[in-house]
Amino acid sequence: MTAPDTGDRPPGAAADISSQSGLAAALTPVLTVAVSLLGLCLLWGFAANAWPSRAFPGPGQVGQVLLAEAANGDLFYHLGATLGRVAAAYVVAMVVGSVIGVLLGSHRSADRFFSPWLVLFLNIPALVVIVLAYIWFGLNEAAAIGAVAVNKIPNVVVTMREGARALDPSYAEMAAVYRFGPLERIRHVLLPQLQPYLAAASRSGIALIWKIVLVVELLGRSYGVGFQIYLYFQLFDVAAILAYTLAFVAVMLVIELLLVQPIERYATRWRRRPA
Amino acid sequence: MQPVGAVVPLRVDIAEKTFKSAQGVSITALQDLSFEVRQGEFACLLGPSGCGKTTTLRILLGLDKDFSGSFQLPEGGSNRIAAVFQEPTLLPWRTVEQNVRLALPKSLRTKNLDGLFDTLGLASMRSLYPAELSLGLARRAALARAFATEPAVLFLDEPFASLDERTAERLRHLLLTVWSARPTTALMVTHNLREALMLSDRIIVLAQRPAHVLGMFDVRLPRHYRNPQVMSDLLRSFHQKFPGVA
Repeated sequence: MTAPDTGDRPPGAAADISSQSGLAAALTPVLTVAVSLLGLCLLWGFAANAWPSRAFPGPGQVGQVLLAEAANGDLFYHLGATLGRVAAAYVVAMVVGSVIGVLLGSHRSADRFFSPWLVLFLNIPALVVIVLAYIWFGLNEAAAIGAVAVNKIPNVVVTMREGARALDPSYAEMAAVYRFGPLERIRHVLLPQLQPYLAAASRSGIALIWKIVLVVELLGRSYGVGFQIYLYFQLFDVAAILAYTLAFVAVMLVIELLLVQPIERYATRWRRRPA
Repeated sequence: MQPVGAVVPLRVDIAEKTFKSAQGVSITALQDLSFEVRQGEFACLLGPSGCGKTTTLRILLGLDKDFSGSFQLPEGGSNRIAAVFQEPTLLPWRTVEQNVRLALPKSLRTKNLDGLFDTLGLASMRSLYPAELSLGLARRAALARAFATEPAVLFLDEPFASLDERTAERLRHLLLTVWSARPTTALMVTHNLREALMLSDRIIVLAQRPAHVLGMFDVRLPRHYRNPQVMSDLLRSFHQKFPGVA
């Protein structure tokens, strides 16, 4: 994680060295990812050629379906719907889970009392929560998003509870002596300390949430990627199933590269060596 | 020079402070500890390691409320306290200047800090993060934060511990420079007798645990007269008055 300290080098020197090889250093990971994905596509193509079947289309066929769905606008409509649900469920799960997690992490008696509840909720299958939510609250958007959030909240709670246990009391004491306001304490003392835990919960959260959102859409919604996959499953159209899946994975990848990673770089700018 | 802020002196009257260990054994850290710090005075709390100096300071800072007795902080002026902790305790994710400004009351947030940063030699480091500072510089930043708040009383908890002697000596001089510009009622905890003799108007000598006041040692001499010769005289008379301490 941390590189050895370079001793008495002034802070400017590090920046000079990194700017010389900056372009190459920035391109190398992108190139590696591109080559790696290309390799996977080639492998897939060979396999599809070797075992030709309607149930195992090659990358070319999937690409054609993808273009056709994109051209008639269906792809973006369904992607948008799913993305909206993912975003809503993510926000609800992170906010609720973080608040509960921090409270449990900082109050030992509450933690002892609610720990069994947490284990219970961690082990309830996603499918059960979804079915119950639809039965109790009806086949509506709120039930769908709520069910996804409830599935994710226990994981966020567990991660954030660890984060709250790792809080350094000396910063809180400094904030008390210098009379920081409640909002300042959250913004300048609490959240920066929880940032690695928030990042970890977010990372695992988004991946889990979008998979559960598909199930929710399959069971009780009439649009979205999950609904489309169910539709094409009934038509046995594997190319379309793969087209929708890959399109959404691509969207998540773009979000990771253009949103999550820059935010993380900004949040950890104060560390001497970015993690 | 007019002492600023304090109208009522700092008055401490702690009857007892006990800790309960994990095994349920209770240890008395402080017993019948009472002293006063006059307004605008720089006092040192001197005692052997582990005698309860930091515990006393934590009580005065309001961080430990589980004790019997009372204390009174100086009122009037800004009515605020400031502390320099054993560790610099700067927020690592905020720059030096942000660390200082965050500690200020809302009304002072935008005040000009150039003079303070200049005096402490931090002018070119305002935009650095604490991880980019040496320990000595981080301690200067902690001093800057404490003095910037213009407190009614200033608490210092061994602020020069774990520094090499030369750096510590420079920081002591810087502390005196900043303090003299605005003499604030100050209480510093230390186990370093030389440091106490150099900085303070008065030394409050504590006994071994449970801590109580053994006696006072007044250093009436103005600080600029305290050259090495005078310091060794002060040391000698201190040892005469408190044989076996430090």
